[in-house]
Amino acid sequence: MFGFISRRLVMAVVVMFVVALISFTLFRFVGDPINQMVGIETTPEQREALRERLGLNDPIIVQFARFIMGALQFDFGNSYQFKQPVAELIGKRLPATLELSFVSALFALFVGVPMGVYTGLNRHSAISKLFLSVSLIGVSLPTFFIGILLIFVFSVHLQWLPSFGRGDVVALGGWWTTGFLTVSGLKALILPAITLGLFQMTLIMRLIRAEMLEVMRTDYIKFARARGLPSRSINFIHALKNTMVPVITITGLQLGSIIAFAIITETVFQWPGMGLLFLQAVQNVDIPIMAAYLMLTAFIFVTINLAVDILYVVIDPRLRTERSGL
Amino acid sequence: MTDQTTRPEDVAEKGRIARIIDSDIFHSFIRSKVTVIAAIVTAIFMISALLAPWIAPHNPFDLAQISILDARVPPIGMDASDPSFLLGTDDQGRDMLSGILYGMRISLAVGFLSVAFAAVLGIFLGLVSGYVGGRTDAIIMRIAEVQLTFPAILIALLIDGIANGVFGNLDRERWAVWILTFSIGLSFWVQYARTVRGSTMVEKNKEYVQAARVIGIPSFIIMFRHVLPNVMGPVLVIATINLALAIITEATLSFLGVGVPATQPSLGTLIRIGNDFLFSGEWWIAIFPGLALAMLVLAVNLLGDWMRDALNPKLR
Amino acid sequence: MRKRIAAAAVLLAAFTGQQASAETLKFAFQGTYNQLDPYSLNETFTLSMHGNVYEGLTARTPDLQIVPGLAESWEIIEPTRWRFHLRKGVKFHNGNDFTAEDVAFSAERIRSEGSDLTTRVEPGVKVEIVDDYTVDFVLPSPNPILHYEWNTWYIMDKEWTEANDAVAVTSASDTSPNHASLYANGTGPFKITTHEPGVRTVFEKFDGWWNEPKHNLDRVEFTPIGSDATRVAALLSGEMDMVYPIPVQDIKRVNENDGTTALTGPELRTIFLGMDQRRDELLYSDVKGKNPFKDVRVRKAVYQAIDIEAIKSKIMRDLSTPSAIMISPFLFDNAEEFERYPYDPEASKALLAEAGYPEGFSVGMDCPNDRYVNDEAICQAVAAFLARVGIKVDLNAQPKAQYFAKILASGGYDTSFYMLGWTPGSFDSYNVLLNLHNCRDDAGNGGPFNLGGYCNEKVDELTQQILSENDPEQRNALITEAYRITTDEVSHIPLHQQGLAWGVADSVSLEQRADNQFDFRYVVKN
Repeated sequence: MFGFISRRLVMAVVVMFVVALISFTLFRFVGDPINQMVGIETTPEQREALRERLGLNDPIIVQFARFIMGALQFDFGNSYQFKQPVAELIGKRLPATLELSFVSALFALFVGVPMGVYTGLNRHSAISKLFLSVSLIGVSLPTFFIGILLIFVFSVHLQWLPSFGRGDVVALGGWWTTGFLTVSGLKALILPAITLGLFQMTLIMRLIRAEMLEVMRTDYIKFARARGLPSRSINFIHALKNTMVPVITITGLQLGSIIAFAIITETVFQWPGMGLLFLQAVQNVDIPIMAAYLMLTAFIFVTINLAVDILYVVIDPRLRTERSGL
Repeated sequence: MTDQTTRPEDVAEKGRIARIIDSDIFHSFIRSKVTVIAAIVTAIFMISALLAPWIAPHNPFDLAQISILDARVPPIGMDASDPSFLLGTDDQGRDMLSGILYGMRISLAVGFLSVAFAAVLGIFLGLVSGYVGGRTDAIIMRIAEVQLTFPAILIALLIDGIANGVFGNLDRERWAVWILTFSIGLSFWVQYARTVRGSTMVEKNKEYVQAARVIGIPSFIIMFRHVLPNVMGPVLVIATINLALAIITEATLSFLGVGVPATQPSLGTLIRIGNDFLFSGEWWIAIFPGLALAMLVLAVNLLGDWMRDALNPKLR
Repeated sequence: MRKRIAAAAVLLAAFTGQQASAETLKFAFQGTYNQLDPYSLNETFTLSMHGNVYEGLTARTPDLQIVPGLAESWEIIEPTRWRFHLRKGVKFHNGNDFTAEDVAFSAERIRSEGSDLTTRVEPGVKVEIVDDYTVDFVLPSPNPILHYEWNTWYIMDKEWTEANDAVAVTSASDTSPNHASLYANGTGPFKITTHEPGVRTVFEKFDGWWNEPKHNLDRVEFTPIGSDATRVAALLSGEMDMVYPIPVQDIKRVNENDGTTALTGPELRTIFLGMDQRRDELLYSDVKGKNPFKDVRVRKAVYQAIDIEAIKSKIMRDLSTPSAIMISPFLFDNAEEFERYPYDPEASKALLAEAGYPEGFSVGMDCPNDRYVNDEAICQAVAAFLARVGIKVDLNAQPKAQYFAKILASGGYDTSFYMLGWTPGSFDSYNVLLNLHNCRDDAGNGGPFNLGGYCNEKVDELTQQILSENDPEQRNALITEAYRITTDEVSHIPLHQQGLAWGVADSVSLEQRADNQFDFRYVVKN
């Protein structure tokens, strides 16, 4: 196990290196950062001088080497737009995104899993069909549209919940801000969390249902039933546990896609997180922010995948022998 | 719940193709009213999308036909409506009904093509990864991690830029659909690969695979003829949901300004355009395409659910 | 003890529900307020926010008249020597006195490397300190509009800037953040107490301001809200006191809503279309071997095919002013002498036939989709109008980052037909003629933003005369002559000046400036 993990860690570094390399080769296609950094009246010569000072005229390899040298010391440079260190900017935005992702993942799991189990066990009941159909609304409309509809109903019309931002946040230890401790902070979480979690909820529910249907037909469940085990323990202990391999895979992946979807949700709700920062960076060709964000995302995916692979081994003993060979 | 079970020996006797056209499936289809309705709805959508140029009252892609003076006409039944625009018009004076029919074509094309692209690529890599294991598996999974890092939005932006850089003066109106298909497909394949890989790893240790190996059936055939059908369950779930997701992603890219050209709107682009007119009372611009998209996605998913259950030998 | 009193005061205020002297204005804008260095970015919103914290020697009133700011008065002693008499008793937020030293220091800093506002004080200008409150500017040649943009040349405190090691202008190539980009120290009516870029900025009233405040605010909270719908929702739901801009289609809704009003007015920015007249063959067209836009008849045909009134009523919902010239009529006295070519598709077809394109031709059009009011919708409408006279437009609408990278000098002017908006920073025609109409080479020397490469020696000559002509009458005549030529030759197709639309809660009164700057000095909240 130790060898497996250490080998994976080495690979993680390689993955991040590749991500950095690809990002750097592709950045020049995203637009010209200089245009976004100066007023429109700035002369071509001044623009060229700025380009030179930023080292954007250097060969990609040189720029890349500079970036890697910096990144090794956690120095991602200054944002073109904000003129502040990128690591600091992202650090300040991270809590907002993590809290939002966490709440929406909780929402997706706590609503999605029971609904999935129910619809899997009661395949032909009317309620199951209702669940299945209604849940599809979450995946059949674009996130931005759902967000705007929610704002329209709950902020503008009913005026129950805020339409933007995090509300009042409390600083914890100087490096974390939380919206969990104030009423306005909690209220501000509701609409974005639902918007972000709706898709994951539907996906989790449908996957659990699909797996439940299969598992309930397998021999060991039939045996368990034949042995007269109580049906609740069959359903939840034996059956649910065995639906978990694909569900964990997908949930792991979805954690990542929550981060990707957060870009849209954060934009619609002006949620001051990393996704919003990244989208603004893309719009303004703020290369240092884009690079650092992609590195962070790569890190998160690498970590999640590692965790998922370890979980496989823990949950499904059949995979154990296979894994040790890696 | 148990009424569809058939005796296992019946199933075993028949080939796979025979099983698909087996009357049991037909029966289960006919028995499920929801599925029948879903199939009809899906068929209507597909056919009307295909026949859009012949059945749509106007051609919303022909700029010479649309007049901005017809902009934002409400649907019939409302004040100031115009009978030639059944569902009203959008901000450019395009007929909504025609826009939805034509837009559906583009959305379905982007949806199906990108899902097919992602599924083929993902299933192949997932099978190989899970079955072969070892170094191959590690490399494929690391590629997947690299891929996941780049959200569809960024990929679309980048590919658009690269396409312009590589092919020079690109005619966006013609190429946008392909660029989007490629971008969206590229960002989806990992899901299939990881899911298939996970299931394959479980399957390959089962007796039937071991047995097949022992009698010397080549790995390639074991993978695709024997393992694949058994790992398709989650794949179908993902695929049906992804069809919707691809269409929505295209809409989202449009929201970010990198979707299909606004002169040839997809269903998602219409929703994005209508999004701007929700507060101002011109709800029909967003709601009609939204309803059309929701119905389409619902129907496809219900059909997918049924297909998944019906084709799964373990459930029959 | 003191704490307890403060707490009691807060409680009292909470109970009585009114704090006559603690008004907070919450407002949102679509863009972000990135950094605080006043010389780092020449962009309207940024300068506008700086302007509540910093001040220039001159100021502009809500109707854009030039009035004394930190200078009480000024005089032109000789044509090349301007004398500014500075206001006495002005303090910076840190308590330092404002003197001639600060002006001289700021003049050097604003034209140093890295500044984006170097044109405010040209390199040849010498700054001479006469005494603590008198400064002379010695010019290499006469310049009647020297001070036109000095309302946004914000004076910084020499001592503070030097003490904090911020003499060099904040630049993205800095290795550590510049103090002046994180903190502000001006002489203006508000100081910045919290600045989280992209999240929020908090301004608080500066009690030591030299002028009598017309506002009654103690605190201003700014939040950027990028999504149009969310921004409007925040106003409608009462979470915001003021948001801008609001989309034209939502003006009615904002007005119908209880407690909010849309404040509209003409903006100075002119939106226009440009055509590549420089290349011998268009980059994006089915016409090979020649460039149709080189023919003035084709340019005029395009012009006359566009129904600007329909764009005004249907897309801009009447919040636009169709324009015959490339500058707002507010900025040019003789603007009424110009009239748009009438919308006439038949004439347009005839012109095309005459020019040898009876069947029309196809052309690729570049358009931004997140820069100007309804930019993409306008381009679509233009495409539809042109389709009717036979010109097939392939529209390529892109986000501004990709758009500008493609069409500007850095992208090699990679466009055949484009949309652009222009506000002359000096509020003067010289800027418009130089940037948009003067001949340029492939690198952009000459008229850098003349993307289509229109070129007429006579216009260049007139531009130089306009620069140094001190007599206003004579100057206007020269400008008129230049615009007459460019209009006759259809150098560009001016569309309109777009409108401003601010959403304001009824409890707030404020002044809307035509340059879209938001000045807190005039905000009263009840």
